[in-house]
Amino acid sequence: MLENYFPILVLAIVAIVLAIVLMTLSRILGPFRPNATKLNPYESGMDPVGEARDRYSISFYLVAMEFIVFDLEVVFIYPWAVRYLDLGFGTFIAMMIFIIMLFVGLLYTLKKGTLDWELNNYRG
Amino acid sequence: MTVYIFIVLAVLAIASALAMVINKNVVNSALFLVLNMVSLAGIYLLLNAQFLAIIQILVYAGAIMVLFLFVIMLLNVEQEEKLFDKFRVKYFLAFLLGVAVTGQIFYSLAGVTDMLPEISDKMAAVGTVEAVGDVLFTTYLLPFELTAILLTAAVVGALMIAQHKIKRTEEI
Amino acid sequence: MSPGGFELFSLLYIPTWVAVLAIGLFSYLNSAAILVYAERRVASFIQNRVGPNRVGPAGLLQPVADVVKLLLKEDVTPTHGYKVLHAVAPMIPVITALMSVAVIPFGEGLYVTDINAGVLYILAVASLGVYGVTLAGWSSNSKYSLLGGLRAAAQMISYELPMGMAVASAVLVAGSLSMVEIAASQEYLWNIFINPIGAVIFIVAAFAEANRTPFDLVEAEQELVGGFHTEYSGMKFGMFFLAEYMHVFIGSILITTFFFGSYHLPFAGYWLPELSPLLKGVLDVSVFSAKVVFWCFVFIWVRWTIPRFKYNQVMKLGWARLLPLSILNFMIIAAGLYIYHNVL
Repeated sequence: MLENYFPILVLAIVAIVLAIVLMTLSRILGPFRPNATKLNPYESGMDPVGEARDRYSISFYLVAMEFIVFDLEVVFIYPWAVRYLDLGFGTFIAMMIFIIMLFVGLLYTLKKGTLDWELNNYRG
Repeated sequence: MTVYIFIVLAVLAIASALAMVINKNVVNSALFLVLNMVSLAGIYLLLNAQFLAIIQILVYAGAIMVLFLFVIMLLNVEQEEKLFDKFRVKYFLAFLLGVAVTGQIFYSLAGVTDMLPEISDKMAAVGTVEAVGDVLFTTYLLPFELTAILLTAAVVGALMIAQHKIKRTEEI
Repeated sequence: MSPGGFELFSLLYIPTWVAVLAIGLFSYLNSAAILVYAERRVASFIQNRVGPNRVGPAGLLQPVADVVKLLLKEDVTPTHGYKVLHAVAPMIPVITALMSVAVIPFGEGLYVTDINAGVLYILAVASLGVYGVTLAGWSSNSKYSLLGGLRAAAQMISYELPMGMAVASAVLVAGSLSMVEIAASQEYLWNIFINPIGAVIFIVAAFAEANRTPFDLVEAEQELVGGFHTEYSGMKFGMFFLAEYMHVFIGSILITTFFFGSYHLPFAGYWLPELSPLLKGVLDVSVFSAKVVFWCFVFIWVRWTIPRFKYNQVMKLGWARLLPLSILNFMIIAAGLYIYHNVL
C-alpha cells in the first residue's frame, strides 16, 4: 500500500526542484538594475496612494466560511459514494437526510442573499 | 526506509509548528501552519491512514487555512507585538502550563520503544476509503447525522455574524 | 507496478511507473508551450488574422522564443512587498499542477501509481493551488494584485464545490475512488451518457478553476490590469503563465478521464476485439491524447468566443446555480443507481 505513494513523493521532489531551477535560472540570466520608480507598485502610472493591504469586502470571508461547510459535505459524500450500494437502504436514506439538511442550509444562505455580491455592496 | 521518512516528516512538523508560533508576521505563521498540516498528512500516510491523510490536506490545508488567510488579509492585522516585551503573570502561567504539557507528552512517550508500530494487513485495510465508509455509515451513523445539524448550524451562524454587521452599517 | 498488460518498459529494465512519470512530466511541460502557440494560432484564425508566423516554420518556434524572452527579463519585486512570499507564490501553482500527473491513467496499465483515494488526491492537490494566487496578490503590495488574488481565490474555492459534487456523481458509477478504476469502468458506457448534467457542471467548473474566459475575472484587464500577477515579471510571471496552460491541459485530462471514457473508444467493450498489449497501449494513448487535444481546443475556442462574466454573475452561477444543480444531480444519480442495482 505505502509503496503506491512512493512515486508521489518522487514526483513532489521533482516538481519542487524543477520550480526552483526555473526561478534561479531567470535570476542568473536576467539583468538586475532596480531603481525606486521601477520598484513602485503599479497604479496606472500614478504614485501609489495609501496602503494596498486594506480591509476588503466581507463577502470574500463569507465565501470561505461557507466553502468549509460544503467542502466537508463533499468529503463525507465520497466514502458513502464508494460503499452505499452494499450497505443497504438505511444508509441510503441516512445520506439523503444529510444532503437535504445541508441543502436547506444552502437555500437559506441563498435566500438571505449573503453570497449575492451586488446586494452586499448596496448594503455597504 | 519508512523510519527515515518519518524522521524527516516529524522534524518538518515540529519545525514548522515552532516557526508558526515564533514568526512575527501573521501570514507567514499561517503558511507554516499549512506546512505543518501537510507534514502531518505525511505522518498519517505512514500509519496507513490514506483517507485521513488526504482529507487532512483537502479540508485543513485546502479549506480552513484559506479562511484563516482571508481573515488575516481582510482584517489587515498589524505585526504582532514582541512575545516577551514585558513580564506578565499570564505569560508566566502559560509557561508553567506549557512545561506541564511537555512533561506529560514525554511521560506518555517514555514507554514507547519502537518509533513506528508494525503495520499488519488488517491495520492497513482500516485506513482505506471503503473501510471508513463502512464504519461511518453503520456504527457511527448517529454522529454522522449530528454532523449535518452541526454544519447547518455553522451555515446559519456564519450568516448571523455577517448580517449583524450589515444591520449596524444600515443604522448609521 | 502496473498489473500485467504493458511489458515494453520492463524489457528495458525501467519500472513502468518511472517511464510513465518521465513521459508524463515531459508532456505536461511541453503541453504548456504547445498550448501557448496553439492559442495564438487559433485566436488569430478566429479573428481572421495571421498570428505568429516569423519564428521558425509557421511560427512553430514561437514558444521557445517566448521562454527565452521571459528568462532574460528583469525580475522585479515591488517595494514593501514580501520578498520571500513573492518568490514562493509563482512556484505553488506549477508544483500543484505537476503533482496531478501521478494518478492519471494514460492507457490500460499506463499510470504512475494507483492509489485508493486517487480522486481525493486530485481534489486535494487542486485545492492547494489557491495559495499561489492568494499569496501572489498579497505579497505584491499592489491594490490590483490583492483584489485580483482575492477574487481568484474566492472563485476557485467556490467552483471546487460543484466540481467535487460532479466528480462524486462520476464516482458513484465506478464505485471506486481510484482513477484507474474510474477509467476502466467506462469501457462499455462513457459517464457522459449516464450523467450528462454532471459532465456539463464539471466542464464549467474546470473552466472556472483554470481561470479561463469566461471566468478570467481575476485578470480582467479593464478593471484589474493584470490581476494577481500585475507586479510579476520575468520568469516569475512565466511560472503563472506556465501554470495557466498546464491547468488547461489538466482540465482537459480530467474532463476526459471522468466523463469522456478516458482511453476507451465509445462503447469499446462491445465491439473492440482483443489486441496485443503493444497495439492496445498505442491505441489507448492515441485515443486519450486525441480527446485531450480536443478539449484543449475547446478551452481555446471558448476563450475567443464568449465574453467575460461580471464578478457577481460568476459567484451567482457558482453558488446559486451550479452547486444546487450538482447536489440534485448527485442525488438523482445515486437514487437511480441504487434502484438499478438493488431493486431491478
